[in-house]
Amino acid sequence: MAQALMTETPVRADAGRFGGTPSIELRDVSKFFGQVPAVSGISLEVRQGEFLTLLGPSGCGKTTTLRMIGGFELPSAGEIVIEGEAMGDRPPYRRPVNTVFQNYALFPHMTVGQNVSYGLEMTGVPKPERQRRVAEALDMVRLPHVENRKPAELSGGQQQRVALARALVNRPAVLLLDEPLGALDLKLRKTMQLELKQLNREVGATFVYVTHDQEEALTMSDRIAVMNEGRILQLGTPGDIYERPRTRFVADFIGQTNFLEVEVIGSDGAAVEVDLPGSGPLRARPPEGVPAQGTMTLAVRPEKISLMADLPGSEIPGWDRLSGRLEEIIYVGTYTQYVLRLPGGQELAVHRQNRAVGEGEHPMGETLTVVFNPQSAALLAD
Amino acid sequence: MASIAAPTSEQTIAAARSERRPGGLWLLLPGPLGWMVFFYLVPLVILLVHAFWSVDYLTIQRTFTLENFRTLLTNDLYLRVLGRTAAMAAVVTLADLCLAFPLAYFLAKRVTKHRELLLLLVIFPLWSSYLIRVFAWKTILGTNGILNSFLLTVGVIDQPATAFLYSKTAMFLTFSQVWLPFMILPLFTVLDRLPNSFIEAASDLGANPWRTFRSVILPLSLPGILAGSLSVFSLTLGDYITPTLLGGPGDQMIGRLVADNFGMSNNWPLGATLVVPILVLVSLFIAVANRFGALGRTAA
Amino acid sequence: MSSALPVSVDGRPRPARRGLLGRSGAGDRALALVSLLVFLFLYLPLVVVVVYSFSAAEIAVWPIEGWTLDWYRELSRDKEIHEALQLSVIIGVVSASIAVVLGTLAALAIDRYEFPGKAALRFAVVLPITLPGIVTGVAMLSFFSVLTWPMSRWTLIIGHTTFCIALVLNTVVARLGQLPRNISEASADLGAPPWRTFWRVTFPLIRPAILAGAVLAFTLSFDEVIVSFFLQGREPTLPLLIWGRLRIGLSPEINATATVIVLVSLAAVLVSNRLSKQATLGG
Repeated sequence: MAQALMTETPVRADAGRFGGTPSIELRDVSKFFGQVPAVSGISLEVRQGEFLTLLGPSGCGKTTTLRMIGGFELPSAGEIVIEGEAMGDRPPYRRPVNTVFQNYALFPHMTVGQNVSYGLEMTGVPKPERQRRVAEALDMVRLPHVENRKPAELSGGQQQRVALARALVNRPAVLLLDEPLGALDLKLRKTMQLELKQLNREVGATFVYVTHDQEEALTMSDRIAVMNEGRILQLGTPGDIYERPRTRFVADFIGQTNFLEVEVIGSDGAAVEVDLPGSGPLRARPPEGVPAQGTMTLAVRPEKISLMADLPGSEIPGWDRLSGRLEEIIYVGTYTQYVLRLPGGQELAVHRQNRAVGEGEHPMGETLTVVFNPQSAALLAD
Repeated sequence: MASIAAPTSEQTIAAARSERRPGGLWLLLPGPLGWMVFFYLVPLVILLVHAFWSVDYLTIQRTFTLENFRTLLTNDLYLRVLGRTAAMAAVVTLADLCLAFPLAYFLAKRVTKHRELLLLLVIFPLWSSYLIRVFAWKTILGTNGILNSFLLTVGVIDQPATAFLYSKTAMFLTFSQVWLPFMILPLFTVLDRLPNSFIEAASDLGANPWRTFRSVILPLSLPGILAGSLSVFSLTLGDYITPTLLGGPGDQMIGRLVADNFGMSNNWPLGATLVVPILVLVSLFIAVANRFGALGRTAA
Repeated sequence: MSSALPVSVDGRPRPARRGLLGRSGAGDRALALVSLLVFLFLYLPLVVVVVYSFSAAEIAVWPIEGWTLDWYRELSRDKEIHEALQLSVIIGVVSASIAVVLGTLAALAIDRYEFPGKAALRFAVVLPITLPGIVTGVAMLSFFSVLTWPMSRWTLIIGHTTFCIALVLNTVVARLGQLPRNISEASADLGAPPWRTFWRVTFPLIRPAILAGAVLAFTLSFDEVIVSFFLQGREPTLPLLIWGRLRIGLSPEINATATVIVLVSLAAVLVSNRLSKQATLGG
């Protein structure tokens, strides 16, 4: 059935992933609620068919940004262009955009079928075609045989799918999703994440997805825009964002990171030499966009750090090496977190994969040596 | 609960999220606004203007005078009636508060089965003719009424007592009963929303029942108390039916004087002037209630 | 009544009974007793009216010596009462209808928009049921006399509509507040312009509340005396007719009339309650 939908929208599906004019353009968009800035000068291009996630803590402006694209809020300044057309103050009902709302916003007094066909009815699609497309859309979200039920009779996951079908049946150029999985339990959320990603590929529409869940963002997105306090801090692929965070906020918000305050000593092009008080010199990846000088933050993720004792060779040339006293052991399932106290007083978290039961246990208080690749150690300005 | 707090960020967002395009307002507002202004606010102003007019042989003289207010403030009768009315309203309010609180608390916190039905039963008298309930008290308390004949039959008295009817007690009893639902409903609403955990937390922290009541339940139900009190106070203050049917000659209330001046005595300016103290008293009460976020919670 | 069920009707788990204000069962029993007494007090007059409408004696005395339906027979032949009843129904229906339109419009404006004077409007609308009825009555009387409009069923309708708007406004605003805001956004998102959103989504969802408000408005209008007294023309409404007769003397026929009115009000309140329950369940 998804097949049928694809064949009917060949242009969009075949437009080539991420090619041509941008699907959505935000040009220096700001939004104030009274005196309070919610979004401060965001510029962003979303490509055709792309799955872009706006990620950030609550109140960071991600939902407001989405609502401005949908037309539920008008920007205080700046411009929004969708499919090459400036939106101006165009109301939601005249935008080539559909939205999957938080908590679904299904019409409680209509059946599932009526909910899904509502948009088609509004655009004047004749009844026989409406019925066919509703059936298709419900098939596409794997929810046949519920057309005559009321939303309240469905489970949360099913309602979620109805909301998706209701938005997608109109074949929007852009689908906006406002934390659509927030109300589902963990297992269902994981399934839906995969399905959403799949739908994005099948339908070919541009997806803009809002979430505060970093894992969700990493799993589904082609690109992620990390937002805080009304600004986009970093825009990039999930790998980019995770491996090469540009600011402390990004590194901290996504995954877990050790932050160590260091002094820059020198640089040899491939790496920067820094001094970690109490532990001596370390090498780190050169920072992006800022010069390597003065006091900086060295960010290294716990899973990039290995215990010396676990490595087959005794020495890995060029890797950074630190020693510290083992102060805390937290068992997390797939890995165990060790917290070391470094000679300079800093804490360092290390994640050690739990490969085999009972393998190489370490008592508290033991001094452990750990190593990591300097390319995994990012230097941040803040 | 208490809406005295400054607007929260949630409220700000809610306000910000309301309709951005004000066009529809021109469709919605003129009807109700026009009606309320033309048929309510303008009449209120005209009423107040009447207070500054006078009457000459049953015709209203439309020239400014403070004579009515002088009469009001110097004539003992009016001040006495006003004082009596205010006192009656206050006592009835207090009595209803005492009667309504246990019932509302019981319904909100103890009843688990048929809660809605019971609540409906409590509210129902509110919608059953007020006049009929006042009249029923007359049947009960009358000289040949049910209470007297009952006491005669039982042998407590040997001739009908006249004391029941046409007295302040009869009025007090009637008012308390007739307005009681107006007190129960807002109290029930606040008590129902008051989380049980608050009460339990208080007693868990060692507060005895009285302390719990005074420091947790009472302050948190203040908006309901004020809303209910406003209704009962205001309804008693302006009533003229009960004094007419159940009051004695010495039990005049201000509402009755107003009604008489607009009726038989045909002195509208004086009647309008007598409304002013009613308005002042109720406005004061409204101001207090508003201060504690009780408005919009009244039963009717 | 204080059942041992651990779960309330609305499904919220309730903690174990801990007695009145956290004390033992004795307090609970006292509370139940007091509540019962207050409840009886509340119903005493209604019970008296209903019971004595079947009493054979001309005056209400204890004990009741015989039963009769005479008063209902008399009632069924009483032309004056029939005419008054008819007028009351007309006035109730017309007032409630106008109030429904105006109250719903005001409720939508208050729920959907921010505008200067919004709080003042809300306040003004509920003022007629907050201030004593006599104020509304004499104010309108003065107003109509200044305009030299004669008192008639129309002045009664205007008076009743004015306080009925508040009832409709309150029920509809409460319902609108329960609707998730993004429901109308979802409709707009799916291509519906505002008026279609209203008729297809908002209106069906608030319809039960509007009807509930209408029934309450009708009931209030049907029972009203205080304001009506000042605004009546030559023909009295049912409560005004009763009021007039009460001032002359008591007749058991009034008990029968009252019983009928009580039954009608009860039916109305039940209908209204059913409707608002439907409203909270989302239709």
